[in-house]
Amino acid sequence: MSAGTGAGTGTVPSLEVSRLAYAYPDGTQALFGVDLRLERGERVALLGPNGAGKTTLVMHLNGILTAGHGTVTVAGLPVGRDSLMEIRRRVGLVFQDPDDQLFMPTVREDVAFGPANMGVRGAELERRVVTALERVGMLQTADRPPHHLSFGQRRRVAVATVLAMEPEILVLDEPSSNLDPASRRELAEILRGLDVTVLMVTHDLPYALELCERSLILSGGVIVADGPTREILADPELLAAHRLELPYGFAIPGGAGAGRAGAGGAGDM
Amino acid sequence: MHVPDGFFTPAVSLSAGVVAAAGVAVALRGARRELDDRTAPMAGLVAAFVFAVQMLNFPVAAGTSGHLLGGALAAILVGPYTAVLCIAVVLLVQGFFFADGGLTALGVNITLMGIVSVLVAWGVFRLITRSARGRGAVVAASFAAALLSVPATALTFTLLFWLGGTAPVSVGTVAAAMGGVHTLIGIGEGLITAVTVSTVLAVRPDLVYGARGLAAPLVLRGPGGEEREAGAAGDAGDAGDTVAVPAQATSRRRLGWFAPAAIALTAVLAGGVSFYASASPDGLERVAEDKGFADRATDHALGDQPLADYGEQGGLPVGVAGLIGAGVTLAVGGGLFAAVRRRTREGVAA
Amino acid sequence: MGAGHHHRLHLSGDSLVHRLPPQCKLAAVVCFALVVVATPREWFGLFAGYGALLAAVAVIARIPPGFLLRRMAVEVPFVVFAVALPFVGSGERTPFLGLSLSVAGLWAAWNILVKATLGVLASVLLAATTEPRMILLGAQRLRLPSLLVQIAMFMLRYLDVILAEMRRMRVARESRGFAARDVRHIPVIARSAGALFIRSYERGERVHLAMLSRGYTGSMPVLADPSASSRQWLAAGMLPGVALVALLGVWGLA
Repeated sequence: MSAGTGAGTGTVPSLEVSRLAYAYPDGTQALFGVDLRLERGERVALLGPNGAGKTTLVMHLNGILTAGHGTVTVAGLPVGRDSLMEIRRRVGLVFQDPDDQLFMPTVREDVAFGPANMGVRGAELERRVVTALERVGMLQTADRPPHHLSFGQRRRVAVATVLAMEPEILVLDEPSSNLDPASRRELAEILRGLDVTVLMVTHDLPYALELCERSLILSGGVIVADGPTREILADPELLAAHRLELPYGFAIPGGAGAGRAGAGGAGDM
Repeated sequence: MHVPDGFFTPAVSLSAGVVAAAGVAVALRGARRELDDRTAPMAGLVAAFVFAVQMLNFPVAAGTSGHLLGGALAAILVGPYTAVLCIAVVLLVQGFFFADGGLTALGVNITLMGIVSVLVAWGVFRLITRSARGRGAVVAASFAAALLSVPATALTFTLLFWLGGTAPVSVGTVAAAMGGVHTLIGIGEGLITAVTVSTVLAVRPDLVYGARGLAAPLVLRGPGGEEREAGAAGDAGDAGDTVAVPAQATSRRRLGWFAPAAIALTAVLAGGVSFYASASPDGLERVAEDKGFADRATDHALGDQPLADYGEQGGLPVGVAGLIGAGVTLAVGGGLFAAVRRRTREGVAA
Repeated sequence: MGAGHHHRLHLSGDSLVHRLPPQCKLAAVVCFALVVVATPREWFGLFAGYGALLAAVAVIARIPPGFLLRRMAVEVPFVVFAVALPFVGSGERTPFLGLSLSVAGLWAAWNILVKATLGVLASVLLAATTEPRMILLGAQRLRLPSLLVQIAMFMLRYLDVILAEMRRMRVARESRGFAARDVRHIPVIARSAGALFIRSYERGERVHLAMLSRGYTGSMPVLADPSASSRQWLAAGMLPGVALVALLGVWGLA
């Protein structure tokens, strides 16, 4: 199981979703046929307004929700009932609210929870916990209860709980929400330093621009745009059509942006 | 109703413990079927919810207030097995962590509040919802189920007391006092349970175990915005799609409303009548509560009828009356539903 | 934690009693309660002895008497019931301060009061000297079904969340001038309960999803497991042991 499956085979994408549709038990349909493909090592932002189906899509990536229609494949392995355990090891989900993710009495136990479920024990478990906490710079809090940490610290611990499982792809749901500017920058540095495929679900456009080369827009339950983040953010009509806006006064840094940034700013009107 | 240590004889406590252990064991198996890997987190959550809801005191009558037992609510929201587990865990936690309810009386408490109240509530609920469908029926059934579960628990308490209570109070007195107060509390429990269930039904119908939802077929949206149903002809690779069964037209069956309303009314009447029938002749708990035993004159008025003789004559029939009342209510309700169901079927067939 | 939890019984400390493994304390308290309940109500001296035993435990654990007394409040409803017994009890009656009291009722009241009080005191001492989490680990050690222990663990985990939610909803209600006074207000309370259920259920679902995402399959991995030495068992066994010896001794003399 733990042997790297298909490492280095450039042809197998980290994530492939095709014709994915889903309706909630109460009858509301959220996804209407989503297609997307992430290559190994890519950092991609999934943009979309509230209610676009972003979180629903994320829940399909590790088999929490089962597709009503269509398929999800992680590094060549289709998500299905018999592959759930391996899928959940490969896909690391960081939830929007760290309080949902951290439920054990101490940080150490919380980070150990995932790998322990995978059967990791003893010295190897301890190594995983220490490495994961070091990568997010939270090793010194290992023995404290999570709910005593600041919000930014809790989000970093939440990232560590997922890193400890050594995932193939890291999926973050609104990673920058509720963070103060310093925590936001620290998290960005941590994410940039990771060598895994990252899918970042957000409507924080500057954060997407800062961290991701490529962006997708999910709106009305389908992918409506896919391209370099810089180009997508420079298209005010596209953004406006899907209820996305750059913050007031934000200018896309770099040469050609000068005129366009003005256009982006005009989108605020 | 948390029974403390020393209230029942050791024999009764022990037998109740055996019953409770058996009941919890059965519930442990059943709950896995209801919730699979979600058993522990969800049951824990509902247990915490029941614990919290028990803190919501509601006014019953002038000066008295009751609190929810929660057995019926839990059974309707998460299913009977999980409900038994939840209440059992609430009682265990209250016993060990909050010193509420005696440790040796845990068996009694779990049997009463966990097993009996959940079983009665679920039985009543199923009886009603099997014959009448739709949101209104579920809400009315919740009311009746919660209403009946409380006096039923009180009567079982009386039965245990008759078997091995340590206090020298006649069974009739206990039945009257428990039955009376708990019929009132039952009405509050019924109201709160029904409104809670209807609130949840309105927002998240899928969360109500007693009203498992029905789903509409999925729709695929093409690049041009055109829509078609998944699984419709022409959509390649649809084999193995889960196409949901179309929803039944439940709300159209107006008749469904009458049956649960009728049983609820019967239940209220039966409960109310038995309360007054049982409370007035002996008036013991009125003495206990209102007069505070200070008024000697009143006590004398009662005193010419020695309390010693009181129990077996005036008392037992009260307890029996309560049981008969509950039985009659169920029989009448059952008959009503059989009739209604037959008519509804004919209506559908026509 | 900050916000004062009126229900929180645990009082952290570092005494012999605090350090005992939870399973020992748990077994000791249950056995002690059994011995108390089995004691005939006429043997006043024994009950005094049991009380002294508990007092000794409280002293060793450095639990202040005021703390114990405040936590006894849960017993109040049954104290009221017990006080009513001599008045409503049947059988031979005895005059007392101008009141006619039932002798059997007096005995029953004494029986319930003393046994319930001793039981509550023992439980309060257990809860005061043992973290809730440790009590659960102890229960697991004592072979309570693990699913039951897990449910209890989750219940404790969610309790604070739900109570905080409830507090916020009450503040919201009351800041708009609502207070439950009579029966007509029941629907308002009930709708709050419904909203509370939905909110907490959705929170629970999210926590559960987060757990599933990390490979949870229905049972918690056991990471820490306290084990008890025979000396610790002996220390904890002192409480029910002494009580039982006293009970048997008096029985032998009687």
